[in-house]
Amino acid sequence: MYRIKSGGLINRNKELNFSFNGKNFVGYEGDTLSSALLGNGIHLVGRSFKYHRPRGIFSSGSEEPSALVQLEEKNFTEPNIRATTVKLYDGLVSNSQNHVGSLSWDFMRINDYLSTFLSAGFYYKTFMWPKAFWEKVYEPIIRNAAGLGKLSKESDPSKYDKGYLHCDLLVIGAGPAGLYSALIAARTGAKIIVVDEDFILGGSFNGENININDNICSDWVKSILSELNSLKNVRLMSSTTLYGSFDHGIYGALEVKSYNSKNTITKPRHILWKIYSKFSVLCTGALERSILFENNDLPGIMLSKSVRHYCNRWGVIPGNNISIYTNNDDGWETAKDLKKAGCNVVCIIDQRSNIKPPIENIDHILGRNIVKAKGNLRISSIKLDNGRIINTDCLAVSGGYNPNLHLTCHQRGKPKWNEVNHCFVPHNPPKTMEVIGAANGLFNHEEMFNDSKIKLTKILRNLGFRKIAVEKVNISKKVYQISPFPKKIPEGKIWVDLQNDVTVKDIKLAVHEGFHSVELLKRYTTLGMATDQGKNSNVLGLSVLSLIKNKTMHEVGTTIFRPPFTPVPIGAFAGRSRGKHFKPFRLTPSHNWAKSNNAVFVEAGNWLRAQWYPIKGEKTWRESVDREVIQTRNNVGICDVTTLGKIDIKGKDSGAFLNFVYANNFGKLPVGKVRYGLMLRDDGIAFDDGTTARFSENHFVMTTTTANAVTVFRHLEFCKQCLKPDWDVHLISTTDHWAQFAIAGPKSRKLLQEICDPKIDISNDKFPFMACAKITVLEGIPARLFRISFSGELAYEIAVPRRYADFFVKKISEIGKKYSLVPYGTEALGVMRIEKGHAAGNELNGQTTAHNLGLGKMVSKLNDCVGNTMSERDELNKDDALKLVGFIPTNKKQQLVAGSHFIEKGQIANLENDQGWMSSVAFSPMLNHSIGLGYIKRGNQRYGEKVNAVNPLKNEITEVEIHSPHFYDPEGELLRG
Amino acid sequence: MNYSGLKIFWEGLTGNKGWNKVWKEPTPKKEYDIIIIGGGGHGLSTAYYLSNKFNVNNVAVLEKGWLGSGNIGRNTTIIRSNYLLPENQPFYEFSLKLWENLENDTNYNSMVSQRGVLNLFHSDGQRDAFVRRGNSMILSGADANLLNDVELKELCPYLDFENARFPIKGALLQKRGGTVRHDAVAWGYARGADAKGVDIIQNCEVDGFIIKNGKCIGVETNKGVIKAKKIASCVAGSSGKLMSKAGIRLPIESHVLQAFVSEGLKPILDNVITFGAGHFYVSQSDKGGLVFGGDIDGYNSYAQRGNLPVVEDVCEGGMAIMPMIGRARLLRMWGGIMDMSMDGSPFIDKTHIKGLYFNGGWCYGGFKATPASGYCYAHLLAKDEPHPVAEDYKLDRFLKGKIIDEKGQGAQPNLH
Ligand SMILES: Cc1cc2nc3c(=O)[nH]c(=O)nc-3n(C[C@H](O)[C@H](O)[C@H](O)COP(=O)(O)OP(=O)(O)OC[C@H]3O[C@@H](n4cnc5c(N)ncnc54)[C@H](O)[C@@H]3O)c2cc1C
Repeated sequence: MYRIKSGGLINRNKELNFSFNGKNFVGYEGDTLSSALLGNGIHLVGRSFKYHRPRGIFSSGSEEPSALVQLEEKNFTEPNIRATTVKLYDGLVSNSQNHVGSLSWDFMRINDYLSTFLSAGFYYKTFMWPKAFWEKVYEPIIRNAAGLGKLSKESDPSKYDKGYLHCDLLVIGAGPAGLYSALIAARTGAKIIVVDEDFILGGSFNGENININDNICSDWVKSILSELNSLKNVRLMSSTTLYGSFDHGIYGALEVKSYNSKNTITKPRHILWKIYSKFSVLCTGALERSILFENNDLPGIMLSKSVRHYCNRWGVIPGNNISIYTNNDDGWETAKDLKKAGCNVVCIIDQRSNIKPPIENIDHILGRNIVKAKGNLRISSIKLDNGRIINTDCLAVSGGYNPNLHLTCHQRGKPKWNEVNHCFVPHNPPKTMEVIGAANGLFNHEEMFNDSKIKLTKILRNLGFRKIAVEKVNISKKVYQISPFPKKIPEGKIWVDLQNDVTVKDIKLAVHEGFHSVELLKRYTTLGMATDQGKNSNVLGLSVLSLIKNKTMHEVGTTIFRPPFTPVPIGAFAGRSRGKHFKPFRLTPSHNWAKSNNAVFVEAGNWLRAQWYPIKGEKTWRESVDREVIQTRNNVGICDVTTLGKIDIKGKDSGAFLNFVYANNFGKLPVGKVRYGLMLRDDGIAFDDGTTARFSENHFVMTTTTANAVTVFRHLEFCKQCLKPDWDVHLISTTDHWAQFAIAGPKSRKLLQEICDPKIDISNDKFPFMACAKITVLEGIPARLFRISFSGELAYEIAVPRRYADFFVKKISEIGKKYSLVPYGTEALGVMRIEKGHAAGNELNGQTTAHNLGLGKMVSKLNDCVGNTMSERDELNKDDALKLVGFIPTNKKQQLVAGSHFIEKGQIANLENDQGWMSSVAFSPMLNHSIGLGYIKRGNQRYGEKVNAVNPLKNEITEVEIHSPHFYDPEGELLRG
Repeated sequence: MNYSGLKIFWEGLTGNKGWNKVWKEPTPKKEYDIIIIGGGGHGLSTAYYLSNKFNVNNVAVLEKGWLGSGNIGRNTTIIRSNYLLPENQPFYEFSLKLWENLENDTNYNSMVSQRGVLNLFHSDGQRDAFVRRGNSMILSGADANLLNDVELKELCPYLDFENARFPIKGALLQKRGGTVRHDAVAWGYARGADAKGVDIIQNCEVDGFIIKNGKCIGVETNKGVIKAKKIASCVAGSSGKLMSKAGIRLPIESHVLQAFVSEGLKPILDNVITFGAGHFYVSQSDKGGLVFGGDIDGYNSYAQRGNLPVVEDVCEGGMAIMPMIGRARLLRMWGGIMDMSMDGSPFIDKTHIKGLYFNGGWCYGGFKATPASGYCYAHLLAKDEPHPVAEDYKLDRFLKGKIIDEKGQGAQPNLH
């Protein structure tokens, strides 16, 4: 008999089809995968990790260690799904995992027969010879044997989302304690959130057959839920696991939006919530534990409460002849309910001898232990310590309760042992968390309701809610009495950790070898490292340890429970940030225009920048780049340089501030002028460079490199707020507000004259190199004009408010046609700056000094500026220091490689002889050969010398000549022209 | 006792009764030649090399908790020697060579698995920097390969080559890099040191130094005063706390680093992979779990736990390069305290107090250094001279400007 005709919380009118290992079955709405499997008489669902022992369904909750299945197929497949937590849906496909051969005939079971050689930690003692065999032979075998389920190796097709929630009180767990607490809180008007991992709220009351206020408890649940549902200040969240408790009252929760992930390509499968709550109550109940005896891992051996819940909630009786093994009163409840449902209860075996049977009319054996279970793929009989053998096809085991206190430990709470109920109870939970009911070690309903009443009253008062009305409950007093752990360590093959196959023997061996601290024991034997994180095994293992060491459970202590409470998909943590949405795109103001000009884009941080603009007939990027360079140098080119950081600096002390943050002097910069500036880090290393323009006495505009836009701004804010708090300086980042374009080339002035307000004279006399002005262009668009040049040409940079950018760039390119204006991208920009010997990111890599860069003279010795004192340290000023210089291949046909190292000719290429490295290279279309910039020892004194640039990665050696870094127009006549 | 397959076979047949304690648990003596404070990887390897290579056996290791309770048992187990700077590269290469022979040396299988470490690059600039680094590695005797996107795809077809926000253009591969079973490193070294007479003392917290006339002659512990000729601090994340008891302020801040492991999966990932445009690195353990991590939490802390922003950041990084892991589930997260130094590089040095030595500042990368750190510290302790590959790891290097800043981040510990 598997499914009883009536009762429970399933809808027998709604059949659902599903499959397991290729066979089709039928379940009902309201089933979990495990209840549906049991309802079809299926116990064997998997294999254990190490010995490949058969595994059945052990529990009915998220603590399930054994019934792990591979859910769905192809790219939807998901490993290690606990069958007990999946809400059954039509079309569900599931398969067993971790076997070679069929589930019932697993070849790897051989490990079980060899287990004497595979004891705890055996792998640390062998596989060492011969040395090369580890990676080639031993490890691959171990790896293939390890692991449980499989990933599809394809991209996760589901969507995930995230959200934030805020409340006064978070109720974790919607069992009787949680719902009752929620009700008390809700009636005060406090904003509350109730979460529960189950897909229906009610917790244990959905599976119990007890009366409350003279009605069956599941009806009480319904009535409370209907009231809570009607209140606006309450948010009820089922299928939502609170997986972690973090600092500052922040909780992580995972909501399952759809159990059937085939529906989740467009709608989210999970939502990852971050809940900010002033206070929380933990009402997560308690988890039952097993009892140690030989072969206690066989399918058909289940937790007693789970058997009861399968019967009461799902109408499933998991055996024809069920026995019960208990050391406490709760086991008897199972017997009672099973009997009531018409099931054949063979007998109940209670370890306690001196008790009066709490329930009559059930065959019982008192004061006895089971020593061994027998069966192949499922339990068939048990043997008692008096030799008696009892045939049974399902054994419900109740070894007492462990409060479900894991969330109290996420911030280092350390549970302590309770000698009355023989369990660990919460101790030092987070300051804003209170534990109520069974989670706190109260296994009696009446006490639990009282506990809730008292604590909630206090919590709500502290939160400022004073009108507290407490709902009355009448419930029969249920006694919970349990016997302590036996004083003798049982013998035989006894399972402590069902999934990882840790046995009592393993614990004995580990302790014998010195691994007796709980944490060492865990690491040596893998006890408690399975997917249930020791929920089933921990306390049992500790009980063995305490016997061996002759210490109390309290002295032994527990390992630390870590988040997450139950495993959370990595995809859910990532949410929407995947694929192209991993990071936001920053688009330059001319992006659309660049796109329409066929630009190829490149990522520069979060920016997308035009890299080059291929035109018809160009086959390689080099052709395009060469053309852009040549055309700019011969005529005029335009390039969007908005990505450079822009910072507006205002205030009376702006000049002094710039003197302070730049290594060179800015205080004396005249209004209407721009100056190149070098910034040092506080440790004296070159940080960033750029230009700063002075538009008025107290208004400067700084530019930074693209890469350092954020860090420079942050640094300036630090200098302002922490180092010079009294100064009158105001900073604002305007990177996104001004669209800025470089307009470079001999014809740039002519072009600009066409768009500038005619009243403004930009002739060389009136607007010389390094001038700046606020002007208007194209009939009234405000603009900032700078005469600066990165390309080495006569050049300008012009900034317009971003909203005009598209119009501006379109207009100027139209007007520019007659000057053969060419758009150029970052690649041509790079070529031209290398031709001119300007340092960029590859040179300013945070490891080089002003001296290395050849800018030593710029560092003002007189100014008290950031970094100048530290830059004077000896090691940064050595005579043979690296210097930034240029390089050309002796054989002009050869290409230089950035990242090559310099070795003097005739010397061996090794670290000792390493003289520096090539930082940037380009093909110069002006010189028609490859050129490079790089750092080499005393480089500035070695022009003309030949050295080898070696690239051992590709076995290349190129002879190069050390050259001035200024390859093109070294005198700088063009940019002043 | 020698460990071997044969021994396992014999013990299996005879009921596994003949195994010895992996280390003894002695009560501390009154005095030692050398006391090592901290029973983490570095402390234990120091003890191992002192007793096995430098013949100094009158040594105690004092550990405040259980052996390996610190970062040695919390890290993501990656070993590599793909360093750039000449002050670092030879040291880490020396370490890698010691790793390669570790099982033979210690007769303990710590599963040194040279499965290859891949650092992905996503831009030309990054590639150039990796070429420079790869060449540095080869020049100092290590191995390095530069893979382009085609070669990388062959090795790791599951990387997101089509849809990545930051295109995956190739990788720097160090084939000899890989992973090691971290706990086993501590146990193996402890066993090896113990066998040579080193006292390994657990649950023994040092909470003060006995300093007389500028010389450190012992320590105060919860097990009483223990004296020694030389005292060697080796407490990683607790360095600042401990050394302050000798009145020393270190160029170190303490930060949390988190790590994560997924549920066990059948083999899916052969190499160690590091994302170049976000914070994520991953490998798959022999048990089948994906072991991964990312950036430090960023705030100063001594709490061995982290918070959600970094968890999300790390998982985002993972999904960005290998979206197949979306359906793998994160099983456990934890944190360790990093001794983040001002330039991201470590110290193995004497202090200004005679008899007091310091080892620390390993940041999030000290696991791979474990053998060399122990070896070089042992060298310093035994001979009072730095080992040549570690001679730049001085406490006064900031004074002179001999900074060792691999990342070029400057004197801001949380950026390294
Ligand atoms: C999450 C994480 C990931 C990491 N990933 C990597 C990686 O992939 N690769 C890598 O190379 N490195 C990695 N690391 C860094 C590496 O783990 C550490 O740098 C290294 O382990 C530090 O040295 P240790 O082993 O000696 O430290 P620890 O193991 O921390 O040893 C210090 C010991 O000192 C003890 N102690 C402290 N105070 C006292 C006292 N007063 N008295 C007595 N004993 C004391 C502590 O209990 C501890 O056991 C990672 C670290 C973390 C936390």
